[in-house]
Amino acid sequence: MPNPRVLELFRAHLPPPSIITDPAAVRPFETDGITALRERPWVVVLPENVEQVRTILEISYDHDVPVVTRGAGTGLSGGARPIRDGVLLTMSKMRNIIDVDLDACTATVEPGVTNLAISDAVRSQGLYYAPDPSSQIACSIGGNVAENSGGVHCLKYGLTVHNVLGIRVQTIEGEELVLGGKTYDSPGYDLLALMMGSEGMLGVVTEVTVKLLPEPPDKRVLLGVYDDLSKAGESVSDIIGAGVIPAGLEMMDALAIRAAEEYVHAGYPTDAAAILLCELDGSTSQVDPDVARVTDIMKAGGAINVRTATTEEECELFWKGRKAAFPAVGRLAPDYYCMDGSVPRHAIGRVLSEITRLSKVYQLPVANVFHAGDGNLHPLVLYDANNDGELRRAETLGGKILEYCVAVGGTITGEHGVGVEKLDQMCVQFGKAELNQFHRLKAAFDPGALMNPGKAIPELARCSELGGMHVHDGKVPHPELERF
Amino acid sequence: MNVDESEKLTASVQYAIEHDRAISIEGNRSKAFLGWPVEGETLSTLGHTGIIDYRPDELVITARAGTSLSELDAVLRDENQVLACDPPRFGGKGTLGGAIAAGFSGPGRPWHGSVRDGLLGVELVNGLGERMQFGGQVMKNVAGYDVSRLMVGARGTLGLILSASLKVLPRPQCTRTVVAGVDGAEACHRSRQLLRKPYPVSGTCYVDNRLYVRLEGNEEAVVVASQTLGESLTVEGSFWDQVRDHEHSFFRKDRPLWRVSLARGAFGIPDNYPAQLVEWAGSQTWTYLDDDVSTMELGEGGYATPFRNVAADLLKGRDVEDSYERRLKFAFDPRGIFNPGMVV
Repeated sequence: MPNPRVLELFRAHLPPPSIITDPAAVRPFETDGITALRERPWVVVLPENVEQVRTILEISYDHDVPVVTRGAGTGLSGGARPIRDGVLLTMSKMRNIIDVDLDACTATVEPGVTNLAISDAVRSQGLYYAPDPSSQIACSIGGNVAENSGGVHCLKYGLTVHNVLGIRVQTIEGEELVLGGKTYDSPGYDLLALMMGSEGMLGVVTEVTVKLLPEPPDKRVLLGVYDDLSKAGESVSDIIGAGVIPAGLEMMDALAIRAAEEYVHAGYPTDAAAILLCELDGSTSQVDPDVARVTDIMKAGGAINVRTATTEEECELFWKGRKAAFPAVGRLAPDYYCMDGSVPRHAIGRVLSEITRLSKVYQLPVANVFHAGDGNLHPLVLYDANNDGELRRAETLGGKILEYCVAVGGTITGEHGVGVEKLDQMCVQFGKAELNQFHRLKAAFDPGALMNPGKAIPELARCSELGGMHVHDGKVPHPELERF
Repeated sequence: MNVDESEKLTASVQYAIEHDRAISIEGNRSKAFLGWPVEGETLSTLGHTGIIDYRPDELVITARAGTSLSELDAVLRDENQVLACDPPRFGGKGTLGGAIAAGFSGPGRPWHGSVRDGLLGVELVNGLGERMQFGGQVMKNVAGYDVSRLMVGARGTLGLILSASLKVLPRPQCTRTVVAGVDGAEACHRSRQLLRKPYPVSGTCYVDNRLYVRLEGNEEAVVVASQTLGESLTVEGSFWDQVRDHEHSFFRKDRPLWRVSLARGAFGIPDNYPAQLVEWAGSQTWTYLDDDVSTMELGEGGYATPFRNVAADLLKGRDVEDSYERRLKFAFDPRGIFNPGMVV
């Protein structure tokens, strides 16, 4: 049990509603987006401003209490899972938009502001914030920084690291780091880049300045239908190889198509082996020829049908099935387990064959939904946790898929982060030297290992855990959110 | 040339560690004019060259650190591709390792990103003599801390880069430059519009009272945009390369040249446009000044660094004692063997 003096100090410095210790009230904070990874925090604190953040960190540091920072709790790797005797620092009350600078095309916001709220605030000016993780209606920009979040459009517009110009970070030792700002670079080491995707291990983000882009005036979505999965995979390479960079390029296999169609009726052909969704955007003069080229490439690559959505409603309908793919697949089995491997595009075909093989070996169906343009796969392993040994088998199968991703030159996580759940696969991805280097890097910012301890980087001694996005009885955590 | 000297270079680092000697990492010395005094025995990457992997439809190229950027350009040209980032080539001498260590960017940076943005992975040797691989060849990768991008602009002080993977893009079908004779205030106004409106811009340069805007994309889009933005003059094909590589006549003066980085929306140093070449829609400017520009008030995080011909006494580093940067250096290079004296 941590030092009760810590609570006394919190109470002396923070307004009462910002401190939660009541077991019932703490319960919603026990997990992030992965509800299987559950832990009750000792205390939840919800600061309203940066001074309170600093106070909380100072008290925690003085009394050696670990701190887990949480944004909106939508993460998919258990990165914000609380620690039993620790503080859960929840940033959701810090949600002011501090400044929109139309000359610079930047917005400066507090970390609890949701991803979508930034775009909403500037849409009337014809601007938007590009990275669009599927949880964008709920996920916070501070969490996006911690995970280096992507989204459907990062093929063309980049990840969080490419769209954030500056942040303010509070360290556990009480220093404020002002990293970047509205300039494109700053003197010294690129700590801004280092903080992106650092999963709350190095400091607490208290302010974020993002780049705003002009809305593309025209947008169209193509739906390519294939009778063969590998032909669809080849079309992905052909489109990229032909010099077209789509805003988004997504692929679904037969199982995922049928599930999505039954669920939302997007008009997908249920007898297809695969579909490709390709979004092209820009000026009309840019999009017209691109649509013609991609249509030709898909047809030449064996697409049995190519349809084009031109109105906003049609585009939305095409996307609807893709965006509903996770919950749709969730209806096929009591549980599913979501992987997040990222592979070179040319290896997509091989990885899919291997997934098919593993699916037979472990006798569990796998639906495939992925950001094909980026080579980022989300195989969904279907299982029933009530059947003896099936969870274990699903985890083993998932682990094998990720190991194969690494073997073909890919990575264990493209966008969901390591958190708690991929600690084991980190040992496949990295050797001893790299892991030790990560630990030394962490110690440079947090010598007492108080910031989100035990996450993201495995101790060399461990590497025994397997994990994933566990969904029981079709209940996705945050069912109101789109997952894609 | 395709020569792998990874083991030799690693052994050299290990030897330096064992014998407590410092190393000064060197490529082709294309940026030696920066003039930072580095002590240590020279360790050259020049023998460590060649492309390790290049598949055009992956949009990635992986090469050894000593490979010249001009060799990468030539290989990419054959496949009708270009580097996504556009670092200065400095007479074709600049190497891949040097481009990463320096982190400089050409005039397209606000639209196509910097070396840091285009870098997907590195292999390096740290100050313990360990060979390590971070990132990789895939576009999306959030496993572990982003050590690759930390190497950009670190000037070789955190480790010896052995090889790296950079993102590449299709070569634009069509390029046109729109030129307008305007004063600084108008150039500032127009540059801000370029950030606000979805034109296919890929670079700007303001010099000698002329604003050059490069448009790239498919032909239809570029033609329409150039008509919207005004007159399209024929500009010498090499203009943008000359600006990027400091071969433009502006850069031929034998005076102290400073690089100034400014906030988006700013436009150079307003009271002195004749002595400047302004890129990045206003956010990167080059200026000749005899004074110490590093103390100039530049607003909103703007800062100046000496670049060429600046008096040695102005080449002072920032005070990083007792900072997280200092600790980070220690985390990678505890004995301080890499590039002692280098200012980052």
